[in-house]
Amino acid sequence: MRRLALVLTFLASPLWAVEPGEILDDPVLESRAREVSQGLRCPVCQNETIDESNASLAGDLRVVLRERLVAGDTNEEAVEFLVARYGEFILLEPDKGGVNLILWGAAPVLFLLALFVGWRTTQRKSETHDLTDEEKAELDKLLSS
Amino acid sequence: MSIEIAHFALILAFALSAVQTVVPLVGAQKGWRGWMAVAGSAATLQFVLIGLAFLTLTMAFIRSDFSVELVYLNSHTAKPMIYKISGVWGNHEGSLLLWVLILTLFGAAAAWFGDGLPERLRARVLAVQGSIGFAFMAFMLFTSNPFARLDVPPLNGRDLNPLLQDPGLAFHPPFLYLGYVGLSMAFSFAVAALIEGRVDAAWGRWVRPWTLAAWVFLTIGIALGSWWAYYELGWGGFWFWDPVENASFMPWLIATALLHSAIVVEKREALKSWTILLAILAFAFSLLGTFIVRSGVLTSVHAFANDPERGVWILVIFIIFTGGSLTLYALRAGAMQAQGVFSTVSRESGLIVNNILLAVSAFVVFIGTIWPLVVELIFDRQLSVGPPFFDAAFTPFMVALAIALPFGSMLAWKRGSLNRVGKSLIGWAVLACAMAALAFALQSGRSALGPIGLALGVWVVGGALQDLWSRTGRKGLSDRLSRLSRLPRADWGKAVAHIGLGVTMFGCAGILAWQVEDIRVASPGESWDVGSYTFTLEDVRQVRGPNYQSTMADVAVARGSSEIGLMNPEKRFYPVAAMPTTEAAIINGVMRDIYIVVGDPQDNGGYAMRTYIKPFANWIWGGAILMSLGGFLSLSDRRMRVGAASPKTAVLEPAE
Repeated sequence: MRRLALVLTFLASPLWAVEPGEILDDPVLESRAREVSQGLRCPVCQNETIDESNASLAGDLRVVLRERLVAGDTNEEAVEFLVARYGEFILLEPDKGGVNLILWGAAPVLFLLALFVGWRTTQRKSETHDLTDEEKAELDKLLSS
Repeated sequence: MSIEIAHFALILAFALSAVQTVVPLVGAQKGWRGWMAVAGSAATLQFVLIGLAFLTLTMAFIRSDFSVELVYLNSHTAKPMIYKISGVWGNHEGSLLLWVLILTLFGAAAAWFGDGLPERLRARVLAVQGSIGFAFMAFMLFTSNPFARLDVPPLNGRDLNPLLQDPGLAFHPPFLYLGYVGLSMAFSFAVAALIEGRVDAAWGRWVRPWTLAAWVFLTIGIALGSWWAYYELGWGGFWFWDPVENASFMPWLIATALLHSAIVVEKREALKSWTILLAILAFAFSLLGTFIVRSGVLTSVHAFANDPERGVWILVIFIIFTGGSLTLYALRAGAMQAQGVFSTVSRESGLIVNNILLAVSAFVVFIGTIWPLVVELIFDRQLSVGPPFFDAAFTPFMVALAIALPFGSMLAWKRGSLNRVGKSLIGWAVLACAMAALAFALQSGRSALGPIGLALGVWVVGGALQDLWSRTGRKGLSDRLSRLSRLPRADWGKAVAHIGLGVTMFGCAGILAWQVEDIRVASPGESWDVGSYTFTLEDVRQVRGPNYQSTMADVAVARGSSEIGLMNPEKRFYPVAAMPTTEAAIINGVMRDIYIVVGDPQDNGGYAMRTYIKPFANWIWGGAILMSLGGFLSLSDRRMRVGAASPKTAVLEPAE
């Protein structure tokens, strides 16, 4: 029974986020690969980057990405290569054009708007306005009498 | 006690909640005191009934009564006792019951401690609270009954998800719900005030303790969740900007804003309608969070009940409560006249800046979370919004918040002087910049995030200390120290919470900027260096746990010639759920955590090993603990306990 459980352990054990065998010899290339893979989403996982995912597809993508980098691609070219195959879904940082302008621009616009409204609030005058000259005169009369 | 009686208690409580919604509302409208008084006893009785139902379900889990379907699906006889109990809320139905239990607890607490409230307001608050209970109990009874029986009780259960069998996660949901649901009190107060058409300083004073309590629990709940992710998920991340995490973070940000704007209502009778809006939004985000977690519209690592039918129910509840209260708000908010007037440079303005930054950052989280859904629905495009977006769009607002905080917290009410505050803070600003420069020089070429985080941390902590010190007068040192010890707890609470924020900010920046990582294959006997530490894999053993099998490594850690300890990272396999988990071994420290994970055996007989040095990791949660401690301190201040208007209303109220 115990042996069976052991066998199961190894059968069911998932692949690992960044396997030792995947790591490139060139530390500069490897650190570029890590940086890029932290911005790519594993297409079959719940919500993980390919850098941290255990899924075998994520492992494949890590390997493909490294192959592209070794072949001389820039980071952008390698990402484009993967996006062309798996769609923009894998980009964890959505591009800044088209409708995504709303995504990127909404908060700054809202911030400026809120600042304006907040500033207006501080400019609000008291409900109790100053006395008019007539009222002042009357008050003086009352006080002096 | 039989589970059917618990089911019946739930149905009774459901009926009672309908009574609690309708009768006091009519009573308050018509001025019928007897009808208004129904609210208090209904709220108490409801809590007793739900408590009974919850206890019964818990007993079924403790006894492993597999004739109850929920117990069968989420428990196992071999599971340790603590996880049998936490299994009650480790699933959709049970966690809903916990949700409702906490909701009725808050309702009952409002009934018990609400003596100081005006009769009508109290009746209306409890009625709104009752309506929330009604909606959720209906949801439970019609779609998610936790008390369903099985015809033939199986011999053993299917076990709880192994990832959830963990002390950090056992207590994460109760705290989170105390926070989420606690915000329902602020919501009920807001809606009651809108029905009444009146908000005054007293209202601000009443709503603040509830919000503060909810905020403290929410802070603890989020910190527990993040801590769990750190040590359990196996690579030591602490925040992933996952939809479900965001779902808890949005109410927290709004609740933090609400906490601060309610001060302005209380002290200066300004920002009234804005505060009401925040109270509504805080709870709306709680409901939205519930929807996101339970409907499965957004894929997340955490979602545990992806059922479209249930999602529709929660969406309807969300729309009714948010839409209804916002409509009411649109109709009535105009009636809230601001009394206090203040200049552009004042504590009030400082708190407005706080509110703007917090509300906008909550909006960043909101739009980032729902954007994929929006784009898919409208443009049929599938895209993702992940950590890179949030890091870029959220962080600037937090940096601005940290820079503004010491100024805002020290400005005088009504009319302040930036010049004076600036002078008293200049020393801290210099210290912050100097430390950042030093860190930048020492780290040689790493990201600027670490030094910036350090500077902000020093600045915020220093500002909070300076704020405390500035309240001790101008006499000699001994006089100032004795005054310091006599300051109101609210002042201490404010300082401690702000210090906590500074500490957390520094912790986040430190771990992100200065972490060291090593991935390699190691055979037993092999040594390797990471940072200034030497690791030796001494052995890899098979160990048997109560309900799992474990592959456990013995790793000796040394620094130079001094032994630091033996670490035991594990890979576990839970046969019943057929699921593996990683258990990282962590040596905690003030300056750094040492974090090791053991992986798969390799062809050459070695094992994949991941080693991390995580600097200042514990500062993240230490800061969160300080923040919640600050909240508790404020909550225990005399002013909070002695209701502002209680003597007045005691005189006004004739004996019954």
